Amino acid sequence: MKSIKELEAIREKALKEIAVRDNENKTRIVVGMATCGIAAGARQVMNAFVEELNKRNIHSVNVTMTGCVGVCRFEPIAEVIETNGEKTTYVKLDAEKARRIVAEHIVNGRPVFEFTIGAAEK
Amino acid sequence: MIYRSHVLICAGTGCTASKSADIEEALHKLLVEHGIDKEVKIVKTGCFGLCEKGPIMVIYPEGATYSKVTVKDVPEIVEEHLVKGRIVKRMLLGDKEARDVAKSLENVGFFSKQKRIALRNCGVINPENIDEYIAYDGYRALAKVLTGMKPQEVIDLIKKSGLRGRGGAGFPTGLKWQFAADAEGDQKYVCCNADEGDPGAFMDRSVLEGDPHTVLEAMTIAGYAIGANQGYIYVRAEYPIAVKRLNIAIEQAREYGLLGENIFGTAFSFDIDLRLGAGAFVCGEETALMTSIEGHRGEPRTRPPFPAVKGLFGKPTLLNNVETYANIPVIINKGPEWFTSIGTEKSKGTKVFAVGGKINNTGLVEIPMGTTLREVIYDIGGGIPNGKKFKAAQTGGPSGGCIPASHIDTPIDYDTLTALGSMMGSGGLIVMDEDNCMVDIAKFFLEFTVDESCGKCPPCRIGTKRMYEILEKITQGKGDESDIEKLEILADNIKKSALCGLGQTAPNPVLSTLQYFRDEYLAHVREKKCPAGVCKALVQYVIIEDKCKGCTLCAKKCPVGAISGELKKPHTIDISKCIKCGVCMESCKFKAIITQ
Repeated sequence: MKSIKELEAIREKALKEIAVRDNENKTRIVVGMATCGIAAGARQVMNAFVEELNKRNIHSVNVTMTGCVGVCRFEPIAEVIETNGEKTTYVKLDAEKARRIVAEHIVNGRPVFEFTIGAAEK
Repeated sequence: MIYRSHVLICAGTGCTASKSADIEEALHKLLVEHGIDKEVKIVKTGCFGLCEKGPIMVIYPEGATYSKVTVKDVPEIVEEHLVKGRIVKRMLLGDKEARDVAKSLENVGFFSKQKRIALRNCGVINPENIDEYIAYDGYRALAKVLTGMKPQEVIDLIKKSGLRGRGGAGFPTGLKWQFAADAEGDQKYVCCNADEGDPGAFMDRSVLEGDPHTVLEAMTIAGYAIGANQGYIYVRAEYPIAVKRLNIAIEQAREYGLLGENIFGTAFSFDIDLRLGAGAFVCGEETALMTSIEGHRGEPRTRPPFPAVKGLFGKPTLLNNVETYANIPVIINKGPEWFTSIGTEKSKGTKVFAVGGKINNTGLVEIPMGTTLREVIYDIGGGIPNGKKFKAAQTGGPSGGCIPASHIDTPIDYDTLTALGSMMGSGGLIVMDEDNCMVDIAKFFLEFTVDESCGKCPPCRIGTKRMYEILEKITQGKGDESDIEKLEILADNIKKSALCGLGQTAPNPVLSTLQYFRDEYLAHVREKKCPAGVCKALVQYVIIEDKCKGCTLCAKKCPVGAISGELKKPHTIDISKCIKCGVCMESCKFKAIITQ
């Protein structure tokens, strides 16, 4: 260790690796992972969220799982819950859609309406 | 590598003893089977403190804390929680009514009144990974000190923080550093006392197991402050996990150049080595500890000269306890003002206690100085099991004394405990209820010191033995009132004349129980009775005729056949055969058997 800079670099890198252990003031992406969700491909969706967030260096979002929401015909389902409690429910997802949600909703703050439950119900 | 979920498993001594290593193995196997081993990371951490409920497992990002996990529970945790995202509520730690929410550790009663400074990283980081320590501000204090502060400024900062030695006596740490810095010598040493020996105490072990780098960082800072280039950690060989993690930590720190030559590109060089103790209690005494590091038999010597002037290998030496060191990096990072805002007027910061005995939440707690004993026992400790009455708490182990129930609202700090005739000690806190005999407790601690006395000075070698014999006589019902007097005279003489701290404090448990529970001693010598029903020689088991239904259960359980009687008629105990094992009393469903 020759400088503080070096220490800071290690710190930054390590913080990213353990960011998942901090869940205060974080946006959450909750993926439905009941039998129906898993059968419809929720695991790929969840992994796509994790990978995309990581690729974009976003560590203020945690990806978690939940059980069956009840609208199994819309699986895979994921909800984005922002720190202010605002909730957006996305349905019939796949890995590609998950990546778009990260890009548009998480990065740019614009929910992807065409994937929401509201759009699907119409 | 980024994982979506981290599973933290306690790998401290307590949870390892209850098979946390097997749990980890089973978990790993199942993660592979379910194909999620690249998504879920297993992290072995140090002690969470709630040893009573161990093994503990925490799963992030939910922050769900599972208690008393067994290998059998692992499939359910994997299939439900990790695969499907359904928290296994039946295993969640916390109040029953609050089980529908995933609770974070901070919200559980046990943790809500605690303030973790020395234990800040225990149960949070993987102690075998230096990067995780660095992520939580590790080695930042060292960087700050080496690149921006003069040694005297470091000492002044520690002085200002009001930090006092956590090993027991509470000597101001900054002053100790000043003495070592002012001492003249071409070579100086920094030592760490990790020879934790009080029965029931495991604070230092938990810090070493859960956060070894904090000790290395603090010792390096101390080395810079006093002008030393070599440190020694004296740790007992009975702490194999702590020794292993310290060795890993030292290796990693050397690899990163945080130990060794020219740290942070400065002229300062420092290295640390381990020295293993064989587990003699006296080696926790500073002069005996250094004698042992030198390779001699661990015996104390007279002071002065104090270690700061003539210590290890005859050179000026700074010796601090593990917990004291664990506070240093935080104080430097957050500033002395922050530290002085916690605690009482003369005792700043927090203290870690290993709480044991008759208490629901056995474990490790860190509380701000000034917290009352009541809060520790009832709010954090969850009260006394089986609705029994609190009688006293023993602090300071074999060198300390007890705090009776009448002083339960005393705020705990160095000075209040001393005023009560006890002491802070290294932090063992043993809770006793109405079933504990105080004479027996005093005898227990004295037996320990008799055993651990090194034998160098007669007051300790002979005096404590004589005191123990008198206590033995009293608990057997063969004592009289003059014995109590003799105890007091002996205690006074030993305190005044013993060579080191071990002997000087050995009579404390007797003196303090005599101060608060003299009536119990008197009952033993005058009426030949043990009020708590502990001292076997003074106890008689009898069956109350009216309550006995003649179920014959006790007669069947009695190992020596001392109980006789007809079915459905009251039974009797033959006193001449009875060995007073108490099995009959435990087995009776009608509470018909009592001790007299």
